[in-house]
Amino acid sequence: MATLNSKIPQGPLAQKWQYYKDHQKLVNPANKRKLDIIVVGSGLAGGAAAATFGELGFNVKCFAYQDSPRRAHSIAAQGGINAAKNYPNDGDSVFRLFYDTIKGGDYRAREANVYRLAEVSNNIIDQCVAQGVPFAREYGGLLDNRSFGGAQVSRTFYAKGQTGQQLLLGAYSALSRQIGKGTVKMYNRTEMMDIVVIDGKCRGIVTRDLVTGEVEAHFAHAVVLATGGYGNVFFLSTNAMGSNGSAAWKAYKRGAYFANPCYVQIHPTCIPVHGEFQSKLTLMSESLRNDGRVWTPKLKEDAEAIRAGKLKPEDIPDENRDFYLERRYPAFGNLVPRDVASRAAKERCDAGYGVESGEAVYLDFKYAIERLGRDTVEARYGNLFQMYEKITDQDPYKTPMMIYPAIHYTMGGIWVDYELQTTIPGLFAAGEANFSDHGANRLGASALMQGLADGYFVLPYTVQNYLADELHTPRMNPKEGEFDKTVKEVKAHIEKLMNVKGKKSVDSFHKRLGKIMWDYVGMARNKEGLEKAITEIQALRKEFWSDVRIPGSPNELNVELEKANRVADFLELGELMARDALHREESCGGHFREEHQTPEGEAARVDDKFAYVGAWEFTGVDSEPILHKEELIFEECKLVQRNYK
Amino acid sequence: MANIFSYSIGRKLLMSLSGLFLVMFLLVHLLVNSFLILDPLLGTAEGEMYNAGVHFMTTNPFIRIMEPILAGGFIVHIVYSIILTIQNMRARGSKTYASGNKTPDVEWSSKNMFVLGIALLSFLAIHIAQFWVKMKITGDPRLDYTVEGHNAYVLVHETFQITWVMICYVIGGIALAFHLSHGFWSAFHTVGLSNSIWIPRLQKISVVIAWIIGLGFSTIALVQYLVYPLS
Amino acid sequence: MSEKKGLNLTLKVWRQKGPKEAGRFETYSVSNISPDSSFLEMMDVLNEQLIVEGKDPVAFDHDCREGICGMCSLYINGHAHGPDEDVTTCQLHMRKFKDGETVTIEPWRSAGFPVIKDLIVDRSAFDKIMAAGGFISVNTGGVPDGNAIPIPKKDADEAMDAASCIGCGACVATCKNGSAMLFVAAKVSQLALLPQGRVEAARRAKSMVAKMDELGFGNCTNTGACEVECPKGISIANIARLNREFLLAKLQD
Repeated sequence: MATLNSKIPQGPLAQKWQYYKDHQKLVNPANKRKLDIIVVGSGLAGGAAAATFGELGFNVKCFAYQDSPRRAHSIAAQGGINAAKNYPNDGDSVFRLFYDTIKGGDYRAREANVYRLAEVSNNIIDQCVAQGVPFAREYGGLLDNRSFGGAQVSRTFYAKGQTGQQLLLGAYSALSRQIGKGTVKMYNRTEMMDIVVIDGKCRGIVTRDLVTGEVEAHFAHAVVLATGGYGNVFFLSTNAMGSNGSAAWKAYKRGAYFANPCYVQIHPTCIPVHGEFQSKLTLMSESLRNDGRVWTPKLKEDAEAIRAGKLKPEDIPDENRDFYLERRYPAFGNLVPRDVASRAAKERCDAGYGVESGEAVYLDFKYAIERLGRDTVEARYGNLFQMYEKITDQDPYKTPMMIYPAIHYTMGGIWVDYELQTTIPGLFAAGEANFSDHGANRLGASALMQGLADGYFVLPYTVQNYLADELHTPRMNPKEGEFDKTVKEVKAHIEKLMNVKGKKSVDSFHKRLGKIMWDYVGMARNKEGLEKAITEIQALRKEFWSDVRIPGSPNELNVELEKANRVADFLELGELMARDALHREESCGGHFREEHQTPEGEAARVDDKFAYVGAWEFTGVDSEPILHKEELIFEECKLVQRNYK
Repeated sequence: MANIFSYSIGRKLLMSLSGLFLVMFLLVHLLVNSFLILDPLLGTAEGEMYNAGVHFMTTNPFIRIMEPILAGGFIVHIVYSIILTIQNMRARGSKTYASGNKTPDVEWSSKNMFVLGIALLSFLAIHIAQFWVKMKITGDPRLDYTVEGHNAYVLVHETFQITWVMICYVIGGIALAFHLSHGFWSAFHTVGLSNSIWIPRLQKISVVIAWIIGLGFSTIALVQYLVYPLS
Repeated sequence: MSEKKGLNLTLKVWRQKGPKEAGRFETYSVSNISPDSSFLEMMDVLNEQLIVEGKDPVAFDHDCREGICGMCSLYINGHAHGPDEDVTTCQLHMRKFKDGETVTIEPWRSAGFPVIKDLIVDRSAFDKIMAAGGFISVNTGGVPDGNAIPIPKKDADEAMDAASCIGCGACVATCKNGSAMLFVAAKVSQLALLPQGRVEAARRAKSMVAKMDELGFGNCTNTGACEVECPKGISIANIARLNREFLLAKLQD
């Protein structure tokens, strides 16, 4: 486990994946029945992988903490999915999609993986259409495309504002078909608590039945983690309430490396926080920035008057409005990438020009309505406006929307090689749970693409390549040996949590952790703040383990215990994020170090020192992790500073 | 095909087809009944048209054949409504909502079809006892077997002079209107002859037909009672 | 949105320890709830209060809290997903309630959805119906190009409307017959409207209806309540299509 071998196949970039598939090992149909695969998570990556493994004839067990695979948070993606189909004939190609993704990721992703992603993107669209995903169509009956940030072509396929839902339901229906056939056994309301490693290989997992509380082990020849991202470490995010980083974290603690944990995407257009009991943040689609103009008051006294409720935004004349994105980035204006837009909003609010609570800026459709008419604006964004009004009780046709950046996606994750295998043989990671394809910043409409690429078209090959050598591994009894030992460890961990018997709720710790993370490991980071974050998180973790209160018993449906398990992991993961952010003395994509910016306040990469993947090895909860570097070699893309002016 | 009635939609198909069949019967029935008030209006002899109608209905071979089928239609409609209602109560579960059901815009009649059906069934029992039994089985001194249609008019006419009978018929007609205002379009929906455009249309047609039939019967009874008292 | 008066509410919440145990209503009060907070955030406040008091918090299902995952349920004051139109409980906001109001909160009630704990019910029956036929039988790979079959925009849009079902179960919860027809109809419709789904449309309609019946859901009587309470506004026109699909399929047997 000493050095990181990314196992990139030989040959030119465009032929690597074909070369891999031509030379990989396969398992014959009769033998597939004898091999077991566990898939943890049922979202785009997990659901697609489990369904495809089932179709191939493997024995699959799939696990989800929700009550149905259809609930996975992939469902909440709105905008669309990218593919290099070039249907609009506007010059798109696999290479361009690859290049845009590398550039959008601020040159911190692995070229070979990204190229493969772009390559299989077209298959995804075909597959989804065949499954009955009702993508938007033109009157001629062919598929419609729209454009998204970071690209000069229209390559985004969509299904209303519910693309994630439709793609997930497609994967869910494929999975349902396999469940009906008996090739996949689904375990709903079951949470993975740990992985089982025997002689250096992953051989199964330990789970807790969330209804009965029963803890048990499951054997498999290979395990896939498709458990999503860890954005909920911030407490407030656009993630689902149950989204968590625990599966990845448990794998990390058993020896899988954790890569680039500090790369977090902050989405600029979310509905601002309204009060201390807020439980989650709602995203407003990126598409709104096509016609909405972002501004704050130009005069501080106006901002103060608005905050005090003495002035309304409509009262401020145009000359006293600061359209700061258009001012700072005349070329891209309101359509700069997510990380840039988010930081600019924070800069204005920090300088005292924020509205509402001080942490909000305006997204104004007045000008679009004047230019296009209310009907056109309504046709384009009607559903989003309605959603905004339901939440805020304000009419965005009459008064500007208020928005503020929020945690949205985590580019970092479990380190995987080209085969999506972690540093523990037999343990694979897919979708948002791995780190592989988005570098330091993800482009819009690429998360869905990656999840499905991994699930439908990559894992079915690479896992098979691994399993070909496992034919002679007999099925193990999950009640014995290492399995039993891991089950006991999990039970002891639960017991320990239950026995704290303190006074404070799990949420109260989670909120405090979130605040530390947002303040010091959020949109802008610096050495001093990060060091402070590390000590504060350590102290909070100590307090958690001495003062958390979990009512009820572990042998029943116990929501507080579920949350406590996850927050206990977040309290360790948060520290690793801060450590990673502290070590990365540069700004790139979603990681912005205040010490490293251009004179104009833009992110400044340090390519000669940090063009690598930072993969961390666990050494103990209270000891420092070891950093391993995977150098990133750019053969096709030249490293340049991103410029949106 | 054979086991279609073991499916919920198959059972519903029986309800809707039998229901539509009964609507057809009601239309014919209403047509004949309308002669009760048409005779005086048209100036024909009292009861002439009605008695002719009754004669036709009792002697026409086609109608004679339809009679047992009609009875079958009633039985299917009633039996299946009981089966479906029991199944539905079971599916609903033993616990009801403490806060009730406040879903707006739901037709009252659609939620009370079974109750309306029981009301109609009671009415049917009275109706059969008063006319069908007397005409077909026991006979009645008021019936004149030397006349075509046996002068059923006299029997009907005299029966409608009893106040409670008249009230029964008026209420029965209104219950029927409510029952049909949901039942008619619902039957089309169940056989699949409906879509987003036709749902509102069928619902409107349904209301019109339902009230024509229901109020038709009520009105006839009322007119008999009020306008043409026994001379 | 700034300073609005907080709400004081009396909550009547259904508490039930487990599937086999008898449940009952417990009365709680919460105070100073922001009208801008969501209903589930109000429930969070209640739970925080209960935990601090050393009591067992109320268990309820929820996840995405943006109205798309379909995990949240709750029958509030006589309505599935509460007294607002076209929203799930997680999108219901407290400004829909009046200060001093008593709010009754119950689980979905239907024989098909047994209570697991408190307000959490078991909706796995929906997954079973899906596994019986809610799919197009294609394996991964080897499918034609996405543009190989043109689909009329109208059909694609209609399929999309049917496909927007989130599987929350409000239709069953609200139906006086405990019928799952709207759920089944939405899926059958979506796939029957698309040429790639037509291939096995007959088989799908029959097997999904058979499974729905087997699981004990009631018979649809077209009251239309499901459509009214559906947070995604799925039309009962889909039920007519399901009836048509099913009957035509059976006629061919």
